[in-house]
Amino acid sequence: MLSILVNHWPELWSGLLFTLGSSVLALIGSLIVGTVFAFLEISERKWVRIIGRIYVEIFRNIPLLVITMFFYVVIPMLFANVNGFTAGTIGLTIYTSAFIAETVRAGIEAVDLGQMEAARSNGLSYLQAMVHIVFPQAIKITIPPLGNQFINLVKNSSVLAFVAGFDLMYQGNLIASTTFDTSNTYLAVGLLYLVLTLPLSYFMRYLEKKWA
Amino acid sequence: MKKFVQRVLPLAFLLSLVLLMSGCGKQSLSEQNVLKTDQASNAITWGVKADTRLFGLMNIKTSQIEGFDIDMAKAITKQILGKDGKAKFIQVTSSTRIPMLKNGNIDAIIATMTISPERAKQVDFSKPYFNAGQAILVKKGSKIKNIRDLNYKGAKVLAVQGSTSAINVAKFAPKASVLELSDYAQAFTALKSGQGDALTTDNGILYGMSLESPNYVVVGGAFTKEPYGIAVNKGQKPMTKAVDQAVSNMKKSGEYQRLLNKWFGKVPGFSEGGN
Amino acid sequence: MANFIQAYSWLNIRYLLEGLWITVEISAVSIVFSFIIGGLLGLLRYVNIKYLSALVGFVIDIIRNLPLLLILFFTFFGLPNIGIKPDAITAAIFAMTVFESAMVAEIIRSGIKAVDPGQMEAARSNGMSYRQTMQHIILPQAIKKMIPPLVSQFVSLIKDTSLATIIMLPELMYHAQIIYGQNTNFVLPMFLALAVLYFIVCYALSWLSRVLDRRMGA
Repeated sequence: MLSILVNHWPELWSGLLFTLGSSVLALIGSLIVGTVFAFLEISERKWVRIIGRIYVEIFRNIPLLVITMFFYVVIPMLFANVNGFTAGTIGLTIYTSAFIAETVRAGIEAVDLGQMEAARSNGLSYLQAMVHIVFPQAIKITIPPLGNQFINLVKNSSVLAFVAGFDLMYQGNLIASTTFDTSNTYLAVGLLYLVLTLPLSYFMRYLEKKWA
Repeated sequence: MKKFVQRVLPLAFLLSLVLLMSGCGKQSLSEQNVLKTDQASNAITWGVKADTRLFGLMNIKTSQIEGFDIDMAKAITKQILGKDGKAKFIQVTSSTRIPMLKNGNIDAIIATMTISPERAKQVDFSKPYFNAGQAILVKKGSKIKNIRDLNYKGAKVLAVQGSTSAINVAKFAPKASVLELSDYAQAFTALKSGQGDALTTDNGILYGMSLESPNYVVVGGAFTKEPYGIAVNKGQKPMTKAVDQAVSNMKKSGEYQRLLNKWFGKVPGFSEGGN
Repeated sequence: MANFIQAYSWLNIRYLLEGLWITVEISAVSIVFSFIIGGLLGLLRYVNIKYLSALVGFVIDIIRNLPLLLILFFTFFGLPNIGIKPDAITAAIFAMTVFESAMVAEIIRSGIKAVDPGQMEAARSNGMSYRQTMQHIILPQAIKKMIPPLVSQFVSLIKDTSLATIIMLPELMYHAQIIYGQNTNFVLPMFLALAVLYFIVCYALSWLSRVLDRRMGA
């Protein structure tokens, strides 16, 4: 395992960066898209709520691989050529946004609106109430699930391997197919995934405990 | 302290497990003689493509894979094991075939595999069984009759990423620009939608496309030599020899020519090309 | 339009449904295995047996933080390197079970933990044994809490079976690829069919759990 890490460090390192890059881009993208759909879901207009609901239900019940392959195979046939990294990141964004929409919706619904009014009547300005009362709570509610979503993103970004997205899994497959030391290659790749996910996972658990 | 021990102990245990596993990772599976075990079981397991027209394509009606590679594999099996010998087929892709051979899931690969020096470091090849080479596919009635006709400014050639096709275009038609797409299906769709003047890859693959859409034809024959071979694990000399012997027998008896005609006889533009 | 009619010929639909059947079979077997194994591991981690629980917890954390695809590759391409040669179906079920068991174990553990610890003490001080408390007080509440995350985990499992197309498991995704490999005009119709079929199966599972949930609540 060590020899794989040492001899193929340049490929693995670049794969690690692509994995991280795709995950970060998809997190940002899905936060934006997910928040939009979360607000649609709690809209006062029924048909807007229905649109939000349909989007979330569709993309939560279709495999990420199908969504990713769709962007990789179908989009170029209709419009322009996309590379694997772009297709993969778009697929990840859309897929994750459905889950983030649910998280954000739950977060909004959980913060009690009465607290804002109480703070205001105690003489705090809107900004003060927002900064000191509402925002800290909203963060406590949304950060742990978002952290977990990011861990999921890092793991899920391995589908980029299907579309030649130059991620860690893709590089791992290339190394495995040139060295034929498959078991050690995949152990090394696994170790690198853990370097990304395990500390974050423990940190999230620590936060959850602390904020509980 | 106790907590520390509780945390570290599992880690140490796991680490030693991993080291133990990597220690025995080099155990070779191909020590045994594949030919002998195949003779004992009276069956050869072949790795074949299931998504390549003419060579190995799944027939959805019968759930059987059909193609030139399949028929060759069946015939070679009969040559090696006798009339009752059974050919088993396992589906492979370009990226899984060598690992599966190395791992022993399959005994041999017959899956549109070009004999290349790079691959020959990893597997042993039989003598060529199909004279593949790079060619071009164009719309019927196109002015382009061979690769050199593409050597003008503004010519667009479609190729597939990760293959050597693009390099060869630069050699034969340096003025043309190459647009690389991610797979054959995409490249063919791009040609159909007019995004390029020609599509280039192995002639074998192009013949299949031409058969799917008769409005497109292979012109000019192959301009490189990249013959397909049958791959066997390294150190399996008896198996490689048996395969070579079988193919040569088939060529002598005319069975090889019969299979070639069966699959490629109707393909427009199929040049003899030494096949 | 003609492409769609041609693509949805009875032959192709039947072939897709054959793939769907494999998907359902593999999912069902993996769900049962990972429910049993994950449940046991989750309990083992919760009850806190010295060293053993910590070890189990650590292994679970490691597996949970790896991509399933990696575990699948390791099973199918890595294990043969040390002498174990699983076929595609065995490898798929094994990899899914390993990964999903770890996910299930975590759900079970945090589900039990989320039930107020004060309840255990209250019940014990009322004269109930540890086992009785577990069986009658803690577990029924915990199970109710676990059902939603367990169901979404199993929906994930069904979706994740599509990854096994890479080891050429003849499931839904693979069969769709075979069909559009034969005719490039079938790509779009096949993706539409994939989306619809996966959606039906996954949505049916969450719908079923909601119905069960309502029955249990009533």
